[in-house]
Amino acid sequence: MPESTAVVFEPGAGDPRFWRDGAIATTAFMLLVLLLLTVDSLRVLTEGGGGNVPAYTVINQKITYEFDAASNMDKPVIGGEELLFGHRYSEAEAKAIMDKGKLVIQSRSCINCHAFFGNGAYYAPDLTKAWLDPTWEKMWMPMTQAKTREDAMVQFLMHPDRYPTWARQMPNLNLSEEEARAVTAYLKWISSVQTNGFPAGFGRREVAR
Amino acid sequence: MNQSKKLGVQYLTASIVMMGALLLFGLLASIFYLKYGFLLGKLDFNIVKQVHINALIIACLWGFMGAIYWFLPDELGIETVGIGLARLLFWVFVAAVAVVVVVFIFVQYGSSDESGMWLVNQGRKYVEAPRWAAVGIVAVFLTLAYNIFASVAKARKVTGIMGVLMTTMIPLIAVYLIAFPAPTNMSVDLYWWWWLVHMWVEATWELMIGCILALALMKLLGTSRKVVEIWLYLEVALVLGTGILGLGHHYFWIGTPQYWLSIGGIFSALEPLPLLGMVVHAIYDAGKHQMKTHNKPAFLWLIAEAFGNFIGAGIWGFMMTLPQINLYSHGTQWTVSHGHFAFYGAYITGIIAVAYMVAQESRGIREVQGNAWKWAFAGLNIGMVGMVGALLVSGMSEAFIGRALGGSTLDGFMASQSNSWFMQGMIARTGFGVIIVASYFILAWDLLTLGRRSEKLSPALATT
Ligand code: HEM
Ligand code: HEM
Ligand SMILES: [Fe+2]
Repeated sequence: MPESTAVVFEPGAGDPRFWRDGAIATTAFMLLVLLLLTVDSLRVLTEGGGGNVPAYTVINQKITYEFDAASNMDKPVIGGEELLFGHRYSEAEAKAIMDKGKLVIQSRSCINCHAFFGNGAYYAPDLTKAWLDPTWEKMWMPMTQAKTREDAMVQFLMHPDRYPTWARQMPNLNLSEEEARAVTAYLKWISSVQTNGFPAGFGRREVAR
Repeated sequence: MNQSKKLGVQYLTASIVMMGALLLFGLLASIFYLKYGFLLGKLDFNIVKQVHINALIIACLWGFMGAIYWFLPDELGIETVGIGLARLLFWVFVAAVAVVVVVFIFVQYGSSDESGMWLVNQGRKYVEAPRWAAVGIVAVFLTLAYNIFASVAKARKVTGIMGVLMTTMIPLIAVYLIAFPAPTNMSVDLYWWWWLVHMWVEATWELMIGCILALALMKLLGTSRKVVEIWLYLEVALVLGTGILGLGHHYFWIGTPQYWLSIGGIFSALEPLPLLGMVVHAIYDAGKHQMKTHNKPAFLWLIAEAFGNFIGAGIWGFMMTLPQINLYSHGTQWTVSHGHFAFYGAYITGIIAVAYMVAQESRGIREVQGNAWKWAFAGLNIGMVGMVGALLVSGMSEAFIGRALGGSTLDGFMASQSNSWFMQGMIARTGFGVIIVASYFILAWDLLTLGRRSEKLSPALATT
């Protein structure tokens, strides 16, 4: 004598195979959709593919992050020439320095304090737009006595322990000058990626400390 | 006891020990938020946190493997095929993990070339282990899959649960391999890395623990196989039906096309459904069997799993899964709050439940007794809920101040970190962490001495 609740809680009450086939069909369909979306997404994500990710040679240009009223989100804007370390990187040179920068970032486990695109750890600031941070010009350039933003970054990355300015301090990770330059180039490139508006309002807002 | 069950006991013991490392390193990591310059230049935050989260992954994997090797002979009625190799690999696995931890703590950083990746640290969240160790893990997975498939073949018996378990072996290995190449382009790197992280914890592992708890439920409460299997299939359909495209909630901001905002938002918002279903299932079964069980702690940890999974993964995940909110909550202590609640609620609780069942059966205890487990149960759950509550307060203030008001600049971030709401949350987090660690020691002691204490001589047992 089946009660009504039993019907609710024991779906199908009959054959488990019906549910099994349903599970297989659902999974297969979702996987297919994911595969199609992946093909399209990888096209958009490829560097220099005309999608959201500029070519590595974008480090030869000026990058800003501005609010775009039409799409109602902040977007990177690629401007005219603005060389990095006074050098115009060829395609191969840019690729080489990016490869290096990425390996430095991995070998020093940066993302276990910082984050990129908000992924990583939250002990230290997100680095997605670090290249564009107003603080470089306001604070670090005078402090490191560097003439350019990139030189200030290299100085800081090589000797973070010399500039204990904030509520938290970054350890010295023994970066060589070559490694610090590679990371700086990587940070410049990554700031040019179009991220659907994350982080919102970057550089346009100020909060009292 | 047969070999497979012995191996199950070994893996579960190792898992519980690893939880100790997980908690101690977590507690240590939390102190960095309270004390300026803590261990700076000696043992930095990133290293401590890296050991913490890797201990978590290993504790979960060992827990699952222990449960699988334990239940396999019961389910199939034969000794597991290839168990000799599996038992050998256990010791290799344990030794390898020990070496990796020592290298993390004492070598810390490798060189910025391929050799650093192979020998020291791959520097990618959750999968920092150097490549040689990663290759070893693949070998262990392949052996596990072989053990399961060959045993099923030999027993000539594919139960529904075994069918699902066998299927999970495919993504377990496949997405681990996919995430390995680590291309220079961070957007592409993260695209595949999320296949690993999301597809493991929100699909593959959910189904693995589903299978494990289905087996546990049949044993613990005597639930009928047919009911359990229908629920399991329903769970598979809902978990994968929502979770595969739910992957999109990690594709909002990494350079991916804008359509992921809607796809990720909609499908991941449905992800709590199967988790709610499991709560209903657990309550229904418990009621139907009038909660009669000879293993109260295992039963209560099972219930804790159902609720923890639903609230920690489902509700806490849902809270920030819509892009409008995620834009601000993304990558703050808010994320950490959900991460802790979900992993604890979905996996740690389930593994503890199985550990109690295994302790009972392997030592021939008729009725699990004593009070220690009650203290451990209360302490761990209260500590964890308190901790994620504290993290939520910190995370929300971080999202408001650092993100919404500060625009995520270095200055905005630092402003959020010194805000008093944020700091109070951090202090409370460490406080609850202490409660969790203390309760863990009670738990470990209880599991270790269960049935070996004087209660063993109680009248209930004397008659058996
Ligand atoms: C004594 C208890 C614990 C303490 C004090 C603690 C502390 C921490 C800290 C400080 C972090 C770094 C977060 C950041 O980047 O700011 C962290 C990350 C993490 N912990 Fe714990 N933890 C504890 C227990 C656990 C447990 C039991 C689990 C799993 C069940 C866990 C899973 C994680 C995960 C997944 C992360 C990475 C989360 C993320 O970055 O979103 N922790 N924990
Ligand atoms: C057992 C299941 C789950 C586990 C273990 C889990 C764990 C985690 C962890 C550790 C993270 C942080 C990842 C990182 O950045 O390192 C995370 C992120 C996230 N999870 Fe889950 N989760 C689970 C289920 C869910 C569900 C069901 C939902 C949605 C309803 C969800 C929504 C999210 C979202 C939106 C994020 C991104 C957070 C951010 O933007 O920073 N999760 N999850
Ligand atoms: Fe996810």
